[in-house]
Amino acid sequence: MIYCELDDKGQVADVSLELCTKGREIANKLGVKLEAAVLGSNLAGVEKQIMPYGVDTVMVADDARLAPYCTLPHFAVLAGLIQDEQPDIVLFGATHVGRDLGPHVASYLRCGLTADCTSLEIGDHQDPKTGTNYENILYQIRPAFGGNIIATIVCPTARPQMATVRRGVMKREVLDANYQGQRLDIDAKKYLKDSDCCVKILQKEIVEKTVDLGGASIILSGGYGMGSKEGFDMLFDFARQIGAEVGATRAAVDAGWAAPERQIGQTGTTVRPKLYIACGISGAIQHRAGMDQSAKIISINTDPEAPINAIADYTIIGDVMEVLPMLAAGYKNIR
Amino acid sequence: MTNDFTIVVLAKQVPDTHDVGKDAMNPDGTVNRAALPTVFNPEDLNALEMALKVRDRMEGAKVFVLTMGPFRAADIVRESLYRGADDGAVLTDRAFAGSDTLATSYALSCAINKIPNVKLVFGGRQAIDGDTAQVGPQVAEKLGFQQVTYAETLVDVNEKCIQIARRLDTGVEVVESPLPTLVTVSGTADECRFRIAPRLLKYSKAIIPSEAKDKEAAEKMFAERPYLKLTEWTAADVNPDFNRLGLVGSPTKVKNINNVVLMKKETVNVAPNQAAVDDMMRSLIGIAW
Repeated sequence: MIYCELDDKGQVADVSLELCTKGREIANKLGVKLEAAVLGSNLAGVEKQIMPYGVDTVMVADDARLAPYCTLPHFAVLAGLIQDEQPDIVLFGATHVGRDLGPHVASYLRCGLTADCTSLEIGDHQDPKTGTNYENILYQIRPAFGGNIIATIVCPTARPQMATVRRGVMKREVLDANYQGQRLDIDAKKYLKDSDCCVKILQKEIVEKTVDLGGASIILSGGYGMGSKEGFDMLFDFARQIGAEVGATRAAVDAGWAAPERQIGQTGTTVRPKLYIACGISGAIQHRAGMDQSAKIISINTDPEAPINAIADYTIIGDVMEVLPMLAAGYKNIR
Repeated sequence: MTNDFTIVVLAKQVPDTHDVGKDAMNPDGTVNRAALPTVFNPEDLNALEMALKVRDRMEGAKVFVLTMGPFRAADIVRESLYRGADDGAVLTDRAFAGSDTLATSYALSCAINKIPNVKLVFGGRQAIDGDTAQVGPQVAEKLGFQQVTYAETLVDVNEKCIQIARRLDTGVEVVESPLPTLVTVSGTADECRFRIAPRLLKYSKAIIPSEAKDKEAAEKMFAERPYLKLTEWTAADVNPDFNRLGLVGSPTKVKNINNVVLMKKETVNVAPNQAAVDDMMRSLIGIAW
């Protein structure tokens, strides 16, 4: 079951649709159905956004008390749905909503929840102590310990197996624009009490996103090797020239050179642009975890041994300040 | 005057993953904890500050810091006392070893149930060693409290409810939540106030009994200056169902841990000159442009 998140305009979040694609793949492997749960208000036709990704049943709880999102109303309905439907697996986007709701639901159901998975696979697991074999369970794979290790987490017995996944980590692919699923309307009143709805949203100030790393096809990203705030600032100028968005490593953000919303990596945004240009980035795993799925990677670094070079398609060993102007000139030359 | 208003702060001592050096990992891929200094989880300090702000507005309210970990986690209680917390306890027991977030939140909720008149619980959004952000919401569920995550600013508080500004990726929203409520606080909230010199002098020798190297001397010190004895709770002290603690109470298991393996790609070395860069850019036509 995929928990599908809605934005203020009633659009299903990208990350939810990415999870539907992944969910379809997992459902095929397990030979089971793929369900999606959508909770909100005024949800006529919402299933049309979801079914093309191969969703068999879109469960829709349409109730004024479910929008805008608040923890307990969504918790009450989703936890009730899970208890009735008994899915094997429940996936959430690792968004502000998914990370607020997922743990509350998992705690109530007393099942496991793995945060920020970078990969989900199906496989077998043998308990090292009892020798019991568990077939076809969900491998929840995530970086741990500041990204220095990759851990595979399993939940052998508790059900459902639950995980959150960040936006951009999984591929999103329409399976069939006319995929024949069904919409199932859920009576939210069955699960929802008025006492669940006592948190009030007094004020909401929506800030249009000024940085859209997820949607950028070229990202020019800077690390600690940019040397200074002034050095980092030069990236913005070059980014404009080549039509790129500016990203940053955790080190550059911590140094105060870039705003936190530009951070790429395990604790920032995960991106998969067509071209990723890493400038003065050594390539700590915590950063690579957020960009290694980029179609092409250029690394510009003075250090030939920098770990990022190993995953780069092109490495330019040299001073960023000298190479960037060449890149900008090259961009003009080829057009 | 509110004598029956307790604010609990959940705080964790974590290895400093911020400046992980090359020696932080053992050759077998396990974490070399000895090479990592421990720190007060940064966002838990933001949480402590917000709790102290509530206390400043609510005459008679008390801030109680709760931490779970090995004996040395008493550092967290001491540091909190230096900065103005009223009281604290260390929840420490081998029975907690191997806890995932579900078992951890259960243990913490049992401990909170031991504390009278809890109206608010604050905790950092997430800890830097796990980055899961799960324990806060799970404690809220276990306690049956309202839940407000990603808090940035305390707007208002009274005996009935709290108003909090939350920082979300879509903007800022102000919510009003009836008490009792659990709040998780983001790193963008106000930084924690500094240590207060007289409190540092007063509490720097405070310990939990298990930390004492010389038990007799410690007993003598506790008798003379009772405020130097910090509260220590074992699992049995918080009346848990032992099947829900530690490894047994944790539904998630670590199947394996891998060192990060670099997928070696076929890499083209481009010379840092204009002609070579032009060639590279040409090969990217149709991909990036």
